[in-house]
Amino acid sequence: MFKIRVAMQRDAFALDVSIDVSSPGVVALFGRSGCGKTTLIDVIAGLLKAHDSHIEIDGVVLEDTASNHYVESERRRIGYVFQDARLFPHMSVLANLHYGLRRARGVAQRTSFDTVVQLLGLEALLERRPHQLSGGERQRVALGRALLSQPRLLLLDEPLAGLDAARRDEVLPYLERLRDELAIPMIYVSHQFEEVLRLATHVVLMSEGRSVAQGTLDSVSLHPELRAIVGPEGIGAVLSGRVEVVDESSGLASVRVGGNVLNLSLRGVRPGAQVRIHLLARDLILATVRPEGLSVRTVLQGTVARIADDDPDTELVYVDLGGPFVVARVTRAASVALALRIGSPVWVLVKSVSIRGHAFAIPEPARA
Amino acid sequence: MATPAAPVTTPYTMPSAVCSLLRGAGTCKIAALSMTAAEIDALRLSLSVALRSVAVSLPFAIAVAWLLARSRLRGRMVLDAIVHLPLVLPPVVVGYLLLVLFGIRGPIGRWLYESLGVQLTFTTAGAALATAVMSFPLVVRAIRLSLESVDHGLEDAARTLGAGRWDRFFTITLPLMLPGILAGSVIAFAAGLGEFGAVITFASNIPGETRTLPLALYTALQTPGGDALAARLATISIALGLMGLLTAELLARRMRRLLGR
Repeated sequence: MFKIRVAMQRDAFALDVSIDVSSPGVVALFGRSGCGKTTLIDVIAGLLKAHDSHIEIDGVVLEDTASNHYVESERRRIGYVFQDARLFPHMSVLANLHYGLRRARGVAQRTSFDTVVQLLGLEALLERRPHQLSGGERQRVALGRALLSQPRLLLLDEPLAGLDAARRDEVLPYLERLRDELAIPMIYVSHQFEEVLRLATHVVLMSEGRSVAQGTLDSVSLHPELRAIVGPEGIGAVLSGRVEVVDESSGLASVRVGGNVLNLSLRGVRPGAQVRIHLLARDLILATVRPEGLSVRTVLQGTVARIADDDPDTELVYVDLGGPFVVARVTRAASVALALRIGSPVWVLVKSVSIRGHAFAIPEPARA
Repeated sequence: MATPAAPVTTPYTMPSAVCSLLRGAGTCKIAALSMTAAEIDALRLSLSVALRSVAVSLPFAIAVAWLLARSRLRGRMVLDAIVHLPLVLPPVVVGYLLLVLFGIRGPIGRWLYESLGVQLTFTTAGAALATAVMSFPLVVRAIRLSLESVDHGLEDAARTLGAGRWDRFFTITLPLMLPGILAGSVIAFAAGLGEFGAVITFASNIPGETRTLPLALYTALQTPGGDALAARLATISIALGLMGLLTAELLARRMRRLLGR
């Protein structure tokens, strides 16, 4: 789908990243601010020049230093949604939307005006001016404007960063709809784990100008670099699974992850749906004997795979569940009392309600 | 030298358009505002010279403002200094330099005369040129300020939406500069109504051709018994200047509202 290799040096900052993604979907560039995410997508958009680069999207080479090939930004057909929306203040919403559409006339239209307006709920805004819009509305219009320029790739630079929590929750579902209903590949820059958890199909973890890990969110969720981005409280394994049974009366859904079944407090999903669950290390409980008589609805069996230092009082215990891994934070005292060591058989207890706000439906995994 | 404004010509009433501008809608037949042919001439010339000077300088001013604000041109500081020279030079010096360059024997003036048959000295066009040079720094300054306040990011956004260089300039940059262009034009127009030194040096003081309001006023003062005329001309000048400044402010406000700032 796309191959990107970019190397550049700006003052004291060096960027050296390569990304190779074969399936369409949302690629999240995830990393701390200042790690070069925005610089990278500026290069992809053609707004910045790298000294050594190869950018290829859907088989079309947009720049290649080796063959001295460079397509100007305005000819790349790469949509860009900026953090600050950047709507044209002297135009109505309608004129903003038409700006890219009109300039994409020669191109086969894959996204129509009506589709975009309906998908993003823009009907009521068309006559307004940008300064009459709320932050969330502005980002929706910016999304629509970029989509209507018929891009082969859509870049989103922390489109929710400037919004408060309520506005963010208002825009996120629209982004999910775009991902699920339009087949436009996206590169989504973020340093918010929740956004990545909800949107990404592929994650590139960046640190200090380099991509330190890439793959599915499940596979990078245990990477040590994540700690620096999400903070100690945000550490946890991400598991993808399929909903098997939904019990509407109790609000519990059983989700199969590999050979395990988790009973989770999860409404609004259907049997067969793919879900992604973030199991926070601080929410997991370990036991060395199978416990009984507990309110906990999920007890998983596994073996300790690794024990890592966390802070002076705690350790992170990685447990192999026969495929998927989870990580639990336990006090050193508890670790000693339970005599935890690599290879110890343990039971992992998952409180059903602890995953509220940490589990989301995702599209079918793409066939690689 | 021609005689000053004839004292006993037919009293003129001002055209109603000008009148309604000055007094609101309705007729305009106030004794104080009825003007003689010579006064009308001076007013008409002033308006024409100022208008033409703005029309001439605007495209150049936009180009220079762009060079100063956006380009990485070497010698930008020198260009900046040259553009601002008329602000610090005595206007007579500007007039003199124009004579040297655009006079019938000057390098540019001769070419203009011999190949195009255009003569600038002693003509209204010449007065407009002198005025344009004098007000040029004002226009450049206003346009440059507004250009610097145009968010570069908007141009980048337009670029990713498929707009090429000139497309971006005409659809994004220029419209967003409009407040500055309008404000600069109105200021230059108002200032141009009163340009004296450069005009009289380069284009002389010819009734009906280059005798604008300030030149007519100067002539009246040089003429015995011209005090009343001078006072009237001064009043007209003040009224015009005020109108110009107020218009500039109103336009700027309206533009700001339109752009939601």
